[in-house]
Amino acid sequence: MKKLINSPENIVLESITGLGAAFSDLIKIHTNPIYITRADAPIKNKVALVSGGGSGHEPMHGGFVGRGMLDAACPGAVFTSPTPDQMFEATKAVNGGKGVLHIVKNYTGDVLNFEMAADLARAEGIEVEAVVIDDDVAVKDSLWTAGRRGVGATVLAEKICGAAAEAGQSLKEVAALCQKVNGSGRSMGMALTSCTVPHVGKPTFDLPDDEMEIGIGIHGEPGRSRSKLKSADEITELLLSPIIEDLPFKSGDEVLLFVNSMGGTPLLELFVVYGKAHEILTKAGIKVTRSLVGPYITSLEMAGASITLLKLDSELTKLWDAPVLTPGLRWGA
Amino acid sequence: MPRTSPKKKITNMHRGFQAVLAKKADLQKTDIGAVLKGVAMTLISTVGGASGALYGTFFLQASVSAGNRTELSPGEFGAALEKGLAGIVSRGKAAIGDKTMVDALQPAVKAYKQAIESGQTLEQALSDAVRAAEEGLKSTVPLVARKGRASYLGERSAGHPDPGATSTVLLFRSAAETLR
Repeated sequence: MKKLINSPENIVLESITGLGAAFSDLIKIHTNPIYITRADAPIKNKVALVSGGGSGHEPMHGGFVGRGMLDAACPGAVFTSPTPDQMFEATKAVNGGKGVLHIVKNYTGDVLNFEMAADLARAEGIEVEAVVIDDDVAVKDSLWTAGRRGVGATVLAEKICGAAAEAGQSLKEVAALCQKVNGSGRSMGMALTSCTVPHVGKPTFDLPDDEMEIGIGIHGEPGRSRSKLKSADEITELLLSPIIEDLPFKSGDEVLLFVNSMGGTPLLELFVVYGKAHEILTKAGIKVTRSLVGPYITSLEMAGASITLLKLDSELTKLWDAPVLTPGLRWGA
Repeated sequence: MPRTSPKKKITNMHRGFQAVLAKKADLQKTDIGAVLKGVAMTLISTVGGASGALYGTFFLQASVSAGNRTELSPGEFGAALEKGLAGIVSRGKAAIGDKTMVDALQPAVKAYKQAIESGQTLEQALSDAVRAAEEGLKSTVPLVARKGRASYLGERSAGHPDPGATSTVLLFRSAAETLR
């Protein structure tokens, strides 16, 4: 393992400390337990948004704390859910009296720990709603499984709900909006290489030089199928087709097209994927009206990409365009 | 340190129980309910993932059952185990055959209770519990996971023991060795 680290034990704390130093105007780092809040939290009479998850997906979630997005983020160990005490302290720290929304990615650990944190917060009289994001079409959904994973739509939900909270919407309204984004967004990812969790020291899985994994999760969980490496155009088709079929997205729909790097894939390649996806959608009569391209929900240094489509209406478009000022996403502010 | 090859294992469970051990001296000054609650809160705040919430719930529910007593009869210890198991099932909503810790925990608690009810010693009952947990763990190998992160592997999860069932076996082995 070759990594730019001091020790696996301290990587999260050291990284968060650096993030806080770089963006001290926007965010504040809390270390016991570890969580990140807006520098100006709590905001009186605004619904507060709290998210969190394992580290290794940067800039998600810590990089999305700031005006127009999250009020707090709780980073866990690498690829491990944070703990309820982090979420509880973060919830208390950002509660502005109008309630707190927990945005939770659908992984068993995240869901269970956020449930415990919500119980603790409600016991102290804080109004808490939780929305679970599960947009990954690679996973078969069934009553008998943990269900679909939360991936790319999480970033979009955090941005859109953040804008709604800034605009003064109530906790119930922001939670319903979050459900709407989750219900209108679908994603799928793929990997060209594995990644190495610092405290494990070896790659999470083996992927030969001439093979790829379609339907990969953001922790390197294997996906739908493994096959010989194909061209960017073919891979884009393999990712996009199941997404379009699943919602389904139809001719005449307006969409946000989000092409995300898993961490190791450069923008040069990412825009090749974006170009092909745009072409496929245009041919299908689906109009791309908003875009996001870059590393936003990553899997350490894994090479690969994911595509997320979000069906837009005027409400979602307006909230997407609203000002945002965070370390990882900023416009109009 | 340009290259790192960690020799020390820092898995989630290891991190949690190391934190529990660090608090051992303080915890031992209190009653059994408080000891178990201390273990629960430490695991909940240090393990993370599903295991932290689930084992934390196990010890928290067991602490409610034990209350402020400073001694537990083998039967009362069994009641605490049962309450802990019920907590895990209620939080994780897993059943036998889902390829989770429940596959080892439920038979272990049942075996312990049956042994005590039929007049066996604590030592014998714990040894029965360990054997039942080990058999439960073995039964998870061919299963396809239906809960937790392993469920994303689908068919590919078959052929591997479940990590939650594995840690449950370790906990019962440790209890059997300590209470002997």
